[in-house]
Amino acid sequence: MSIFDLPSYVGSSFPGLIATQLEVSLGAVAAGLVLALPIGQACARWPKLYPPVLSVATVAYSIPSLAFFVLLIAYTGLTETTVLIPLMIYSLVLLIPGVVDGVRAVPPEVRLSADAMGFGPARRYLQVELPIAVPAIMASVRIAAVSSISLMSVGGVIGNYGGFGDLVSWGLHENKIRLIWLAIASLAVLAMLCDGALLLLQRTLTPWSRGRSGRKRAAQ
Amino acid sequence: MVARALGKKAGRAVNLLNYLNSFLHDPAYWHGQDSVWQRLLQHCEYTGIALLAAAVLAFPLGCLTGHTGRGGPLVSVLATAARALPTFGLLVLLTVLMGIGFLPVAVPLVALAVPPILLATHVGIRGVDPAAVDAARGLGMRPMQILLQVEIPAALPSILNGLRSAAVQIVATATIAAYVSFGGLGRYIVDGLSEYDYVQVVGGAVLVALLSIAVLGLFAVLKRVVVSPGIRAR
Amino acid sequence: MISFVQVSKRFPDGTVAVDGLTLTAPDGAITVLVGPSGCGKTTSLRMVNRLIEPTDGKILIDGVDVAGRPAAELRRSIGYVIQHAGLFPHRTVVDNIATVPVLLGASRRDARNRARELMELVELDPALATRYPHQLSGGQQQRVGVARALAADPPVLLMDEPFSAVDPIVRKNLQEQFLRIQSEVGKTILFVTHDIDEAVKLGDRIAVLREGGILAQYDTPQQLLAHPADEFVENFLGLDRGVRRLSFFSAEAVPLLTEPVVGPGVAPDQTAPWTLHVDADRRPRGWSASGAAEGTDLISIGHTFEPAADSLRAALDAAVLSPTGWAVAVDADGRVVGVASQESIAAAIRSAHDIEALDKSSGRETDGPPTRFADATRPVR
Repeated sequence: MSIFDLPSYVGSSFPGLIATQLEVSLGAVAAGLVLALPIGQACARWPKLYPPVLSVATVAYSIPSLAFFVLLIAYTGLTETTVLIPLMIYSLVLLIPGVVDGVRAVPPEVRLSADAMGFGPARRYLQVELPIAVPAIMASVRIAAVSSISLMSVGGVIGNYGGFGDLVSWGLHENKIRLIWLAIASLAVLAMLCDGALLLLQRTLTPWSRGRSGRKRAAQ
Repeated sequence: MVARALGKKAGRAVNLLNYLNSFLHDPAYWHGQDSVWQRLLQHCEYTGIALLAAAVLAFPLGCLTGHTGRGGPLVSVLATAARALPTFGLLVLLTVLMGIGFLPVAVPLVALAVPPILLATHVGIRGVDPAAVDAARGLGMRPMQILLQVEIPAALPSILNGLRSAAVQIVATATIAAYVSFGGLGRYIVDGLSEYDYVQVVGGAVLVALLSIAVLGLFAVLKRVVVSPGIRAR
Repeated sequence: MISFVQVSKRFPDGTVAVDGLTLTAPDGAITVLVGPSGCGKTTSLRMVNRLIEPTDGKILIDGVDVAGRPAAELRRSIGYVIQHAGLFPHRTVVDNIATVPVLLGASRRDARNRARELMELVELDPALATRYPHQLSGGQQQRVGVARALAADPPVLLMDEPFSAVDPIVRKNLQEQFLRIQSEVGKTILFVTHDIDEAVKLGDRIAVLREGGILAQYDTPQQLLAHPADEFVENFLGLDRGVRRLSFFSAEAVPLLTEPVVGPGVAPDQTAPWTLHVDADRRPRGWSASGAAEGTDLISIGHTFEPAADSLRAALDAAVLSPTGWAVAVDADGRVVGVASQESIAAAIRSAHDIEALDKSSGRETDGPPTRFADATRPVR
C-alpha cells in the first residue's frame, strides 16, 4: 500500500484531492484577478479611490475564514462556492495593491511615446502597459495563490470542501495520523510548486527583465 | 427567473438576520457559565498573550536583521513558509500528537504570528531614509541609540501594520482552534455546525467578525497616537 | 587643524579609493576637496570622523590621532553635514537641531534654546521650529542640517556636497549665507564638492584629487588658477580659468575717465565716441553716441561695477555686456565715479599680472586667505 492510498470514506483519490484543491484555490485567485485588474486600474487612475477601496478590502480580509465560510452557507448551501467566494475576496486584498503597483510602474514617458507612435488605446494597454505591469502583478498573484491554497484547508471544518483539509478532519475522526501528515506535507509541497510554476510563468512572460536588475525584481 | 433568484437571495439574507436575531435574544448565550462574555474574554486573552509572545520573539529579531541588513533571505523564507502552512492542519496535528490542551493551540498561534511581525519590522527598518541613518552615525549616535531614536520611530507605521496582521491572524486561528476543543468564540461555530444549530453558527460567526474589525479599529487608533506626525503625513 | 598623514584606503575587492594623502587643513579656514567621481574625496572626508577607517596612515585633529578616541565620542565633537541633509523625519526642526547637545547631556530645554539661536544664525523663520522636515523646502532642510551640525559648537565641520542637491538659485543663496556664517563662527571646515566653481568660490585652500585617490595639487585658489600643476588639473579647471582668475584682483586698478560723463544741461564732448548722461544726483541715465541729435533716446548702461568693492572680473564683465563697450563705475551709493573702456581694463589686467609676478619673485606674497570681492557673493535678486 503506497502512502498515497486513501481510505474509501474520504470519498476521493489522492490525485482527485489535488485536482479539487487546485481547482478551487487557484480558481478563486483567477476570479479575484479578473476583478482586481479593473479595480486596480481605476485606483491607479483616480488615486482618491485607493484608500477607501483598500480599507474595505482590509476589513474583508480580517474576517476569519471560518466565520466567512459559515456565513456564506446561508446563501450557497454547502458547496464549493461556499469556500470559493471568500477565498476570492481574500485574494483581492493582495491583488489590488499588486495591480496598482504594476500600473504605476509604467513610466508616463513610455505611454506618451506609444501614443506618439500611433498605438490605439487597446493595443497600447495590451502590448505596452500590461507587459510592464506584469512583474508587480505576478508577485502579488504568487502570494495570493500560496495563501489561498493553505486557507482553503479550513473548509475541512465545515464539511467536504476543504480539499486536503478534509483529509485532516478525517484523520482526526478516524484516528489515522498518517492522513494528517500526508495532508500537511502535500499542502506545503503543492504551495511551493505553485509558487515556482508561477515564477516560471512570470519569467516567460517578461523575457526582457532577465539580467541583474530584472532578477532582483522578479525574485520578489 | 431573476426575480426568483433575487427573492431566494433576499430570503436567505432575511434568514441570516433571523438567525442573528435569535442569537442576540436568547438569554442562554448571554448569561451563566458559557456565556458570550466568557468566551469573548478567553478569545481576547489568548490573542493578547500570543501576540505578545510573537512580538517578543519577532520584533528584536526583525530589528537586528533590519538594522544590520543581514538575514533578508531568512526573513522572506519564513514569511513564505507561514503563508504556505495550513493552520487547520497544524492545529489538528499538534493536538493529536500532544493531546488536547494549551500547547497544541498556543504553538500554532504564536508560530504563525511571528513571520508577519518579523517581515514588517525588517522591511520597515530597511526602509528608513539612509541619509538620516548616516547623519545619525556621523553626529555620534551609538548603534543602539540609532535603532531606538531614529530607525524604530521611522519604521513604526510598518511595524504596527505587521502587528495588526499578526493580531488578525491570531484571532482567526483561535477561531479554528475550537475544532480541537479550544473555547473562545469559535466554539459557537463548531458546536453549532455539529448540532445543525445555525443560530449558534451565525451568532458565533458575526461575533468573531466583529472582534476582528474591532482589532483593526484598535490599531488605527494606536497608529494615530504612537506615530509621529512627521511620518504620518507621508 | 586637520592633518592627513600618508592616509590610504584600500577596499577588500582591491579598489584603492585614497592613496597616500598628505595635507594639512589650517584652523579657521575652509579647505575644499574637489575632483571627479572616484577620486576619493568623500572617502577621505569620512575617514576624519571614522565613518570609514583608513587602511594606512593616520589623521590628526590638533595633533591628536582620531583613532585614539572612541568613535561615537569623536563624532560628537565634529559637525557633519551631508548632501540630502538626513534630517530625522519623525522629529521637529528644533528637536533635530538639538540632537547633539542632548546626546552630550544638555537638558532638553537648554538644547532647544540653543537650537532656536542657531535657527537665527542660519536665517530660518522661527515659525518653522515646530514643523517637520517634510514640510520644508530643500533649501530650508539643508539649512537645518547646517544648524544641527553647529549645535554643539564643534571646532571642526565636515561637509559632504551639502549644496549639490538643490537648484542653482537656492545653491547660490546657501553658499553666500554659508560664507557669512563662517565669517561669524570661524570653524575649521573640510568641504567636499565635485564643482570646481564652488571650490573656487568657497575655498581658502583647494585640494584637487584625481581618480585613484591621488592628490594632484593643494593650493590657494589664485595659485591654482594661475599655476595648475599638470594637465589633469588644467583640464579640470576648465577653459575659462583665465577669466576666473580675475576674480581675485581688485577693480581699483582700473583707470577711470570722467570727461565723457556729463550732468543735466551740460553739452556732450563731441570728441569722445560716447557720452554718459547722469542726473542731478550723479546717477547714470544712459549713453549717447557723439554726433547724436538732441532728444534721441539714451542707450541703456547694462550693469555697473564698484571699483572699491568689486574684482577685475566684474569690471570686465560690465564692459563686455555694455552696449557701448564701456563700463560704468559707481560708488557704494550708486553714484557714477567714472567710466572705463575695454582697452583700459585689459591694461589693468596686464599690470595686475605683472605686479603679482613681482611679488612672488621678491617673496612678498602672503599665505593668507584669498581676498574676496563683493561680486563673488552678491545675492541673486
